[in-house]
Amino acid sequence: MGGSKVDIKTSVESARLTPKKIALYAAIAAFLIAAPVYFQAVGNVFMVRIFALVGIYVMLALGLNIVVGYAGLLDLGYVAFYGMGAYSGVLLGYAWQRIVGGADAPLAGLSYWVLLPLAALMAALTGIALGTPVLRLRGDYLAIVTLGFGEIVRIALQNDAFGLTNGAAGLPRVGESIVPAAGQKWVFMHLSTSTFTFSKDLFWYVIVVALCLLTIFVIRRLDNSRLGRAWVAMREDEVAAAATGVNIMTTKLWAFSLGAMWGGIAGITYAYWVGFISPESFNFMESVLIVCMVVLGGMGSIPGSVVGAVIIAGLPEIIRGLAQSTALSRFLTPEQASRIGDYRFLIFGGLLVVMMAFRPQGILPSTRRARELTAEDVIVEEENVDMWEVEHKHDLPHKL
Amino acid sequence: MHFNIADVPQQLVNGLTLGGMYALIALGYTLVYGILLMINFAHSEMFMMGAYFGLMWLKVLSKQSFFTSSGAGLIALYAVSILLAAIMTGTLGVLIERFAYRPLRHAPRLAPLISAIGVSLFLQNAILLWVSSRSIPFPIKFPVYQYTLARDPSGSLAFTVLGATEKLADKLGQGAHAIVQFSTLQIMIIVVTLVLLFVLDTFVSRTKLGKAMRATAQDRDTAGLMGVDINRIIAITFFIGPAMGAVAGIFSGMYYGNIKYNMGFIPGIKSFTAAVLGGIGNLRGAMLGGFVLGMAEALASGFISTAYKDVIAFVILILVLIFRPGGLLGESVVEKV
Repeated sequence: MGGSKVDIKTSVESARLTPKKIALYAAIAAFLIAAPVYFQAVGNVFMVRIFALVGIYVMLALGLNIVVGYAGLLDLGYVAFYGMGAYSGVLLGYAWQRIVGGADAPLAGLSYWVLLPLAALMAALTGIALGTPVLRLRGDYLAIVTLGFGEIVRIALQNDAFGLTNGAAGLPRVGESIVPAAGQKWVFMHLSTSTFTFSKDLFWYVIVVALCLLTIFVIRRLDNSRLGRAWVAMREDEVAAAATGVNIMTTKLWAFSLGAMWGGIAGITYAYWVGFISPESFNFMESVLIVCMVVLGGMGSIPGSVVGAVIIAGLPEIIRGLAQSTALSRFLTPEQASRIGDYRFLIFGGLLVVMMAFRPQGILPSTRRARELTAEDVIVEEENVDMWEVEHKHDLPHKL
Repeated sequence: MHFNIADVPQQLVNGLTLGGMYALIALGYTLVYGILLMINFAHSEMFMMGAYFGLMWLKVLSKQSFFTSSGAGLIALYAVSILLAAIMTGTLGVLIERFAYRPLRHAPRLAPLISAIGVSLFLQNAILLWVSSRSIPFPIKFPVYQYTLARDPSGSLAFTVLGATEKLADKLGQGAHAIVQFSTLQIMIIVVTLVLLFVLDTFVSRTKLGKAMRATAQDRDTAGLMGVDINRIIAITFFIGPAMGAVAGIFSGMYYGNIKYNMGFIPGIKSFTAAVLGGIGNLRGAMLGGFVLGMAEALASGFISTAYKDVIAFVILILVLIFRPGGLLGESVVEKV
């Protein structure tokens, strides 16, 4: 069919930096730096928070994209890993406070930095622990089992599992605290001017963006690695992949645990930024939203996941924010503006259906995935016509 | 919680009621899966929509004096409401199949599942935004009795019927204790469920249409070549499943006394568990799975912990999928190349 040839060509092309691409990246970078700084300068902290929140969702979407997009395993309980990262981050934070001698000790602020890899590891191990028994299941069974797992985790958190999670009231309990990360105070002291405060939210925005860039870098490297190609092969045809020497179990487990790891990183970052977590942040709807981000953007595509996350997490908030900041008040009453937020799930639901019917490859699809989802039948038909013409060339009436 | 053997019969009765509802919903999952190999994620919303349609018809019809003037009228009120709600929900199911799933019949398997999640989100939020975000009381206009088997103070067995406000001690004397109680609602739910299950089973195993359904489930393409109208069979499947789900939804509304836009999610997942437990694609398996799961859950919430009762179904699901992926009555499926 010639599909593989096209893929090699495009992947080489996409690696090359054309001037157009450099300009695009520069514009995005300028926006990502300028916009939050501007909003901070005019005192609109709400918008800075939204930028950071969207960043968290970008990370989650990219992480889930490994599982759903590359490896083709539908995980409907991804939020369990997000929650695992958040709760283990906070709980291990208490242990860290005890080690260094209390929340006011000089080293207490290091807890986020020390625990970031630990929370990631915890989430990844959870992924392996869940994945080992269930990854043998066929696709849609896996979806339901992961959904069940996500619910079990949420119910356990809600019921104060092992006396650790404080139930629906969330963490930290009264009298306990999540110590602000080291650096937060420093930037506030040294980078603020008389007119500009380097706020906590801006600080976390910077960290989130850095983590997003790291995520993108790692996933790009994975994409064309041996493992990345094994994922795609497995997604396309598990039996054929196994026959050509791909160890299905190991490959799936890598996808599952790497995806879970980014969930964990996003979780601990969210917990230390917001300073409070409760089981309600980790419910099933959240998992569905992250799946929507990946699907809407284009499964298996890095820019797709980013765009999907920006649209789904950002757009309703931005509209609501704009409506409050009087920019849109000429067109919308405040009630209408807040109604838009209420309608988002309805619209996403409809959008998912329409999207699957008309553009199953998503907004910014990966080349490979787009061909797989749409072009196949057309190509086969065309080829058949060609073959028919070749075979019947001599039977055709020659009009000369 | 203390394990008290004397509570077992009552928990089993509760479990039977719950199991009947699970079985009715599970049918929809198993029929669709049998024919399209697809988890109809939106099926839990059919259960929810059925309850809302039922409530709507109850409200509309109870304005007619015919339905409220006599006991027979009251029975007719509920029977007609349930029937109309089932037809409406069935039609909704057919429409959803036509517009959301049929275009994806040859798409990769993730596509219809995601589409179904979309439908589910859409319906839930349509009810949330356009009807109510709160739970709505579901009226019961007929008297509910407790049919009670008890031991009277002297220790001998006694059977008595209690009204809504009557107490066992007043009827049989101080010191009497109930062994097992059936409420009017429970009897109605269990009886109607069993009748529906029997009718459906007969339909699928005895009629020509049922035969066509089984043929389609076995091999869609070949069945098509033998003259079965595949689209029609799929449409019928998508009518029956949601219609049965709607009946379960109305029962759930009557049993628990209220309905809410998100009421479908948990029963939906549990019924899917029931379908998998019995062997997905297998009709009798789904019925058996529903009752087994209902009983297991009632016993577990009675003797282990009510807080974790929702976890039990998920744990059963995961264990079944790992150790007996074919289910209780299902055969193991070999991955086709």
